[in-house]
Amino acid sequence: MNLDFSRVWGSIPFILQGIPTTLQYTLLSVVFGFLLGVILSLCKISGIKPLDYFAQAYTSIFRGVPLILMLSLVYFGIPQLTGYNFSALEAGVITFSLNSAAYVSETIRAGILAVDRGQREAAMSLGVPYLLYMWDIILPQALKNILPALVNESINLLKDTALVSTLGAQDILRSAQIVGAEKYLYFEPLIIAGVIYYVLVITLTFGATALEKWMRRID
Amino acid sequence: MTGDRIIQVEDLNKSFGKLHVLKGITTNIHKGEVVAIIGPSGCGKSTFLRCLNLLEEPTGGRIYFNGKDISHIKEVAKIRQHIGMVFQQFNLFPHKTVLENITYAPIKIKKIDKNEAKEKGLVLLAKVGLQEKADVYPSRLSGGQKQRVAIARSLAMEPEVILFDEPTSALDPEMVKEVLDVMKSLISTGITMAIVTHEMNFAREVSDRIFFLDGGKLAEDATPENFFSQPQCDRAKQFLEKML
Ligand SMILES: Nc1ncnc2c1ncn2[C@@H]1O[C@H](COP(=O)(O)OP(=O)(O)OP(=O)(O)O)[C@@H](O)[C@H]1O
Ligand SMILES: [Mg+2]
Repeated sequence: MNLDFSRVWGSIPFILQGIPTTLQYTLLSVVFGFLLGVILSLCKISGIKPLDYFAQAYTSIFRGVPLILMLSLVYFGIPQLTGYNFSALEAGVITFSLNSAAYVSETIRAGILAVDRGQREAAMSLGVPYLLYMWDIILPQALKNILPALVNESINLLKDTALVSTLGAQDILRSAQIVGAEKYLYFEPLIIAGVIYYVLVITLTFGATALEKWMRRID
Repeated sequence: MTGDRIIQVEDLNKSFGKLHVLKGITTNIHKGEVVAIIGPSGCGKSTFLRCLNLLEEPTGGRIYFNGKDISHIKEVAKIRQHIGMVFQQFNLFPHKTVLENITYAPIKIKKIDKNEAKEKGLVLLAKVGLQEKADVYPSRLSGGQKQRVAIARSLAMEPEVILFDEPTSALDPEMVKEVLDVMKSLISTGITMAIVTHEMNFAREVSDRIFFLDGGKLAEDATPENFFSQPQCDRAKQFLEKML
């Protein structure tokens, strides 16, 4: 066994430079995935059959197909159909957002249904229209309850973004692979990349715990 | 003190699936009138009240508000701005402060200027005796205080009618009075109210009319004097014997 971290020591800054890329994919996908998830969850609870069926079929498809296949479809397949070439960033964010929305919509749906129906009735009796009270009254309460699940989803997303390394995007994983290829080492740079992902996830978890505490201050 | 008919109900029917709850109620409520709705549990009091502001959609008959048929109207939200409601379980918005609870709808729906809404909200809070609670969250309030805030929140929209569904039933006995007192002071302003209640003494004292519902029908519609001294139907007699 010959592990030699000293040979990759100097390359750590290079791998660290992948962090902004990874975070960029993650953040954009979390935001778009969440917004789309809200829309899908509203479709699911709308009581309007076609919308409900559409949203359910959507979730079912994204659950049933490997993410890397979806990513390849968007990145390689769509150009073949339309002639439009997505950048790795576009393809990644589109795929991860669509995918995340499928999962998040289930979580949000459950969160909305768990909010006491008296809240809805109080808002309705004040003359507040549907979308407005959903956004101002119901969603904030639902989000508070499902925050841990949403954080989990963000963590999954962060790790999933490593798939864009297959499209050549220079995220944490890809940077580590580049270092490995240059130095004919694999174990060490990958371990470093793993540590970076781990630290990011832990930071996210701590941040979420603090946020949760802050949100529960008024209970 | 009573004037035009503000709410007219014509042969109102409501079913939940196979369960026929309201069986043809016809009546009306005049401007400035205080109506107490009483009756045995499950007779349809809440359902009747909730039909008036269309929280439940009638399955038959008509409801008119200020002469306009609202039974199947599209713009329900618009109508509801003029019909306040106070719930047994208060239903304050837990993520908003007391003052935000009160100013939310005026700001968002009536588009009233924020500062103006706040000033008006504070005046309302003073009316229900809670101005010092403006910036706390509902979770910090007692039940009676919550219900007083809920009344203020409803008043903030300046409704023409307020519907109360057992406003004191979820309260500890020592808090009932503070809420009833606020309601009494409201009555003296001449606002129209429909109150579902089990507080017989209160109903007798403040109401202009008693609706006695039984089995989804309006079994009696009488002045409190007549109703309490000489109820017409047997069911009302039995009910009063149990309650008084
Ligand atoms: N959303 C609903 N779906 C199905 N059944 C309902 C619904 N709301 C009320 N009911 C039924 O309708 C009947 C009348 O209910 P309602 O709540 O109007 O009675 P109530 O007179 O207010 O009783 P209480 O004094 O217990 O509050 C009951 O049998 C109740 O179970
Ligand atoms: Mg009831």
